[in-house]
Amino acid sequence: MEKLISMYDGLKDFVLSYKRIVIPLFYLVLIPVPLVVSNRYVIWVLCLIGIYSVLTLSLNLIAGYMGQTSMGHAALYMMGAYFSGLLGSKLGWPFWVTLPFGILGGALGGLILGIATMKLSASYLAVITLAFGEVVEMVVLNWNSMTNGPLGVRNIPGPDLFGFGLSPSNGGFYWLMLALVTVSVLISLNVLNSKFGRAVRAIKEDELAAKLMGIHTAAYRVKTIVLSGAMAGMAGAFYASMNHYIDAATFSYDVSMTILCIVIFGGLGSIPGMIIGSCLLIAFPEVLRSLSNYRFVVYGMILILMMRFRPQGLFGGLSKRPYRLPKGVDRPNIAEFPAKADVSGRERG
Amino acid sequence: MILEQILNGVMLGMVYALIAVGYSLVFGILKLLNMAHGAIYAFGAHMAFLAVSMHFGLPAALIFSATVTGILSACMDSVILAPLRAKNAPNITCLISVMGVSYIIQNLMMILFGSTKKNFPKLFDFGNVTIFGVTLTSAQIAMFLIALLFLMMLTLVVNYTKAGLAMRAVRENTRAANLMGIDVRRIVTVTFFLSGVCAAVGGVLVSGYYQMVYSTMGTEAGLKGFSAAVLGGIGVLHGSVIGGIVIGVAEALAVTYLGGSFRSSTAYIVLFLVLLIRPSGIFGRHDVDKV
Repeated sequence: MEKLISMYDGLKDFVLSYKRIVIPLFYLVLIPVPLVVSNRYVIWVLCLIGIYSVLTLSLNLIAGYMGQTSMGHAALYMMGAYFSGLLGSKLGWPFWVTLPFGILGGALGGLILGIATMKLSASYLAVITLAFGEVVEMVVLNWNSMTNGPLGVRNIPGPDLFGFGLSPSNGGFYWLMLALVTVSVLISLNVLNSKFGRAVRAIKEDELAAKLMGIHTAAYRVKTIVLSGAMAGMAGAFYASMNHYIDAATFSYDVSMTILCIVIFGGLGSIPGMIIGSCLLIAFPEVLRSLSNYRFVVYGMILILMMRFRPQGLFGGLSKRPYRLPKGVDRPNIAEFPAKADVSGRERG
Repeated sequence: MILEQILNGVMLGMVYALIAVGYSLVFGILKLLNMAHGAIYAFGAHMAFLAVSMHFGLPAALIFSATVTGILSACMDSVILAPLRAKNAPNITCLISVMGVSYIIQNLMMILFGSTKKNFPKLFDFGNVTIFGVTLTSAQIAMFLIALLFLMMLTLVVNYTKAGLAMRAVRENTRAANLMGIDVRRIVTVTFFLSGVCAAVGGVLVSGYYQMVYSTMGTEAGLKGFSAAVLGGIGVLHGSVIGGIVIGVAEALAVTYLGGSFRSSTAYIVLFLVLLIRPSGIFGRHDVDKV
């Protein structure tokens, strides 16, 4: 078993270290899919995978980089979908105009969450987001004059580009989704490698130390949650325009747990992990119909087993390949250095 | 009118207090928010439902449910959380595992018992009782008294038994308690057992009050109990009781003056306000934000 895991790790590191070849290959395979596959349902599922990739990348900002967790991510997703969907449905605004409002909606939700949990330890965010999810769902269900209650919002316009309607059936929406996932990945990468990202990762490692280093931890926490909310809101706006119809039941607690589960499964903080995780966990109930009753039990099991045996997820964790040194630098002989200090007895709060 | 609502609120609040105490017990020792508490509460209610539907009668059902649920809660700790603690895993790892447990319990119940709302027998029906010109149903009074009884028993256990002394020692300083010869692992298991019993009793009482059980009942009750625990200062037992009563009264008043759709949102509003104004709660110590 151990050998198998280390073989897998080796393969993972090998693939991840040849990004320059793997990523173009990935696109080469993905771009012509709608031209080859004529089954509309498959394209629909692929679009859904795209939306979940964006959602998980957004939760990854909170969970993977900042080390906190959200159990109500569906609420942010829902706010994005309702903000843009209602404008599109009631006022007939085109998708590209309502999209920014969807993003704003998600960011607004994030702002509320961020301010409420600014000063608290990680566990509180989980509960507050859970409560927030319940409140948003309740507002949507009871505010009949605005949201049409449990009946949902109909006739949401789909996106178009220079007069061409983009939908999953003509493949246009699929390419849009591919672009959206690319943009989200670029946002994540930029966040990760900026001053902002380093500050946020410092908060994850040790909040007190980060504070002492002069990082305004509360402000960074709020900003991260707002950014995450904006991305979730964007996914919501796209979902609303893909489905042309939304209701409160679409954004239930199960969606939040699915997102969290994908993030844990794919690997906290790992961008390829989010996308591969979405592919596996969104496609799995479609492929294994007989197990679909138990899918949420399986998700729960995934959370527990991953935390117990592989907390870094499928794609997370540090690479075990030797660090590639610049040319002309000799690899130092590790045996000369004193053994690493034992830190296993350190208490964690 | 207002007195009646306040009394109604106190009666229901006592049950919230019971749920909140379950959170506080675990949080005091492990600094872990037991996200599965709501699901365990629903599990308790379903176990009682099972016993009642097999004609065991309500008192037997209550005892059966409390025992089974306590054991489930203790098992959850020793099977899932103890190995994580042994690895010195960060707190968020435990939190996510507990979320997984809660999700599994909730969905298995949905598969086994169905997702519809099921009828639960009324808790003790001896007609109405009038106190201070306010009419209360006997079910309410029974609920209040049983919850009070359990809270008193719990207080006695925590304050006057050897196990309770060990629990308080572990809460103060786990390592020192361990050095003093306290079996910390066993104390944690006992704590989880007690917290499960609290959840089960709360679940049975609330199901008896509303006369129904359903698989997702845990989410709302769990959040209310959590709000109560945070309001009183999580980890402080008497704080949880006060918090529970405040949430119960606030809810009863909100339903009367603002309308029925505010029933469950009151607790969340209180939770938000507490976290904004005084995150450590009424009786809490100021060490909440030290991660």
